[in-house]
Amino acid sequence: MTSTLPPQTDLPHYVHQGHFDPYALEKGSEGSLINQASQLRLMWLRFKQHRLALISGILLLIAYLMIVVVEFLAPYQVHTRNVDFIYAPPQAVHLFHEGEFVGPFVYGRKMTLDMVNLQRVYTDDRADVQKLRFFCHGETYRFWGMAEGNLHFVCPAENGQLYLLGTDRLGRDVLSRILYGARISLTIGLLGVATSFILGIVIGGIAGYWGGWFDLVVQRVIEVLQSIPSIPLWLALAAIMPADWSPLLIYLGITFILGLLDWTGLARAVRSKLLSLREEDYVLAAQLMGAGSARIIGRHLIPGFMSHLIASATLTIPGMILGETTLSFLGLGLRPPITSWGVLLTEARSVSIVALYPWLLFPVLPVIFVILAFNFLGDGLRDAADPYR
Amino acid sequence: MNERPELLHIEGLNVSFPVLGGAIHAVKDFGMRIRPGKVTALVGESGSGKSALGRAVMGIETKIARITGCAMFNDHATGENLDLIKLPRDGRKIRAIRGGRIGMIFQEPMTSFSPIHTVGNQIEETLRIHKPLSVSERRESCEEMLKLVGFEEPQRVFDMYPFELSGGMRQRAMIAMALICRPALLIADEPTTALDVTIQAQILKLLQELQSQLGMAMLLITHDLGVVASMADEVVVMYRGEVMEAGTASDIFRHPQHPYTQGLMAAVPDFDRPRSERLKPLREIQVDTAGLMDKRKSEKVLPEVVLSVQHVSKSFATKQSGNFGFGATQKTIAVNDVSFDIMRGETLGLVGESGCGKTTLSKLLMRGLKADQGEVIYNGEAGPIDVLGARGDALQDLHTKIQMVFQDPVSSLSPRMTVRNIVREPLDIHKRGDRKKRQAIIRKLIHAVGLPDSALVRYPHSFSGGQRQRIGIARSLALGPDLLILDEPVSALDVSIQAQILNLMKDLKSELGLTYLFISHNLAVVNYMADRVAVMYAGRIVEIGSCETIMRQPVHPYTKKLLAAVPLPNLDHKLDFNTAGVSSASARKIWGKQFLEDRAAGDLTHIDLGNGHMVLARSNVDARELVP
Repeated sequence: MTSTLPPQTDLPHYVHQGHFDPYALEKGSEGSLINQASQLRLMWLRFKQHRLALISGILLLIAYLMIVVVEFLAPYQVHTRNVDFIYAPPQAVHLFHEGEFVGPFVYGRKMTLDMVNLQRVYTDDRADVQKLRFFCHGETYRFWGMAEGNLHFVCPAENGQLYLLGTDRLGRDVLSRILYGARISLTIGLLGVATSFILGIVIGGIAGYWGGWFDLVVQRVIEVLQSIPSIPLWLALAAIMPADWSPLLIYLGITFILGLLDWTGLARAVRSKLLSLREEDYVLAAQLMGAGSARIIGRHLIPGFMSHLIASATLTIPGMILGETTLSFLGLGLRPPITSWGVLLTEARSVSIVALYPWLLFPVLPVIFVILAFNFLGDGLRDAADPYR
Repeated sequence: MNERPELLHIEGLNVSFPVLGGAIHAVKDFGMRIRPGKVTALVGESGSGKSALGRAVMGIETKIARITGCAMFNDHATGENLDLIKLPRDGRKIRAIRGGRIGMIFQEPMTSFSPIHTVGNQIEETLRIHKPLSVSERRESCEEMLKLVGFEEPQRVFDMYPFELSGGMRQRAMIAMALICRPALLIADEPTTALDVTIQAQILKLLQELQSQLGMAMLLITHDLGVVASMADEVVVMYRGEVMEAGTASDIFRHPQHPYTQGLMAAVPDFDRPRSERLKPLREIQVDTAGLMDKRKSEKVLPEVVLSVQHVSKSFATKQSGNFGFGATQKTIAVNDVSFDIMRGETLGLVGESGCGKTTLSKLLMRGLKADQGEVIYNGEAGPIDVLGARGDALQDLHTKIQMVFQDPVSSLSPRMTVRNIVREPLDIHKRGDRKKRQAIIRKLIHAVGLPDSALVRYPHSFSGGQRQRIGIARSLALGPDLLILDEPVSALDVSIQAQILNLMKDLKSELGLTYLFISHNLAVVNYMADRVAVMYAGRIVEIGSCETIMRQPVHPYTKKLLAAVPLPNLDHKLDFNTAGVSSASARKIWGKQFLEDRAAGDLTHIDLGNGHMVLARSNVDARELVP
């Protein structure tokens, strides 16, 4: 074979003449940030690179901070009615009045009854400039039902109105109701996930760690639960709740139902993660050192899969929020006087109302944004959960 | 220079990866050549940029890598002269070369096949892409190739799924896949690192035969100079992305000039060197055992046998596939009637190829598994303990006295704990001392394995494989054990690091008076470490005796084969492929009949050859017949 090739010369013996430090390879990047970083820090560095997730995370943080101080942010209270302004369309905020800078204001409104179409018609009164007030004293409220206060971020002018997203059939401000509804809608997801988290970790953990017949039974139960269509099951469970329960009890009942049907996915995630972690040598090492089950689970297994779990839990929150919205929309979830986004949307159930008063559909927007944000955040967390991959 | 004798000419090649806050320069201004029909070895420790070089040439380095320089591929078959680096990524030209003209095999045989396609299907795919052949021609060609790589029934293997093949078999199939188009160049990236020495010898033999048979060139990327000596024509030694030394094999092995080359060579354990002579690793560790386990000087006379293993057996039930899990169960005997004693203060080497039951045995001794039968007695200060039946306090006591060091330095340390917490864990479990005392012990332990105090606050991921193994050793020493079970502690490490760890373990043993059960597949390593050696094959101990005896006058054919399979960095001691390059199962056919089981002649028993040298043979065989 080689004979057909041109004559070859032997490779000349080359020796590198530069400085040689055998320890350089080991030193490498000893002092660098990555080497000093803890696991959590590595996850954070990784998470930061996922821009969309980071932005979503910040938005959600803001949203959750907002629901703490809804009373302050909302211009009206959740049940404040103004019979003069029923089904009023959204008002626009202006800055200039007849070419002159005034600052944010809205025009006053005049209502006329169109007797032909049996409809209220609102027109802007160009002469009536109603300047908005900020950090003002407006309607009194009970902060979280406890302390009384009347400080608002924004209020309408004295004797004026401010309906930025319009009003509903009782003349209630849709924007204020959306803000108050967030309090219920955003927390119901968290409470539901907490329920399913506990159920998932306990059941999945036992199934994964001890296996055996328990594992077998749990697996079959999960399969049965997952094969039942969710909406009819929700409906059935929601229908069990007595109509005379207090709103708070119903709220807790709904979260429990949502959690009860959602733990299956988490339990499976926990089980499979445990099965793979149990095979790691460091778990065997702990066993061989004489560590008991509690220690192995607490010190080695749970830290190992917690980040994954948080990521997958984040991805199930939107399902919970949607579930609540669906149930409430169908009239089987929360009922007035509790206000959630789903309850708000029940107002927009008929086509004629949607056609005439489209602003009643505004509660859909926060639902979409929150769900998208949770999905992006969950994606980012899931990518960051395993910083070595 | 109108005639280029080089098949591949690399010049000024740079590969760098952007990372957080800077860049890692994996390959720096690198130049080398590969001649047609010759084997060029690229040698260096892990982290020196060898694999990045191979991948850059193939154009399969990650997209984020910055690659500059040139790699001229001068193909005589097509007469083309192409710069592989300049070719568009995943373009038509590079794809025609990849797989067609340059084949590549990887380190990990387990993950380089898709589990859902048959072996034949995956080999055939390469042909389908590169050559216009009919279905039957392709199949014929594949079967021919499978036969060439040493499968006895290529027709059957063609339709098998990867999981049906063992690691060594898969590596063979991988080679068939890489060579099916008869490439001009084969890049073998650590082809035998994941395999044990006996299978390594088989694969090396195969590669060498194919290389001369097909007249192709080969770039052999490895960290093991022993492998290089048996295979290479030309050698390039690489360190931190730069060429340290290059030349013909005889230049490099007979007159190594650079301290790095010399260091790599000195680190390989060698049979010819006296056993007492210390290996010289590139990087020494300072062992400081001051104040650790002072109770060694106890007055009490302890029994001489630390661990006595008597007739231990273990079998696993494997379910037959099919029939919805109702199939008959089959028994696989992993450990078959094993007996031996471990004396206080000695190192007993346990040798055998993977799958022979070494790890199962070690787990039985640590109570990680339950034995079917047999008895294991541990003799400590508190009197004998029945290892297999111990419960409660006795079991806890046992857990402090017998400790284990694992093979895989990555998975044996919890990634979510700092080194401090990892080393402290055994102390916490057994509630040794108060907080302050534990801190002091941890510090001493970490010094004992030559790591600085600053290591305590770091996480395992920031350490190299060798350093992690040292952390694992520190953890195993925390409770002051009598007996350490070392389960292939250096198999996952580079040769240079291996020497460092071996020396460390030797030092610790002599300073702390430990007893070791040292499990390995490499007899050269065992030769360096052990006082006595037990050779295990298919769940049984086939030969046991003092290290000298086993190494110099082995009796059992399996021991001889293991000895022949150890690659040494010495051109005068190349691997003897005739002995070492056959699979153990087929080698068994040529064993002397006195070593084979036979109904008529009675069962195999251990025959005493004197001086504690026992060999497994037929009971009616006279001891004198066995010794040549």
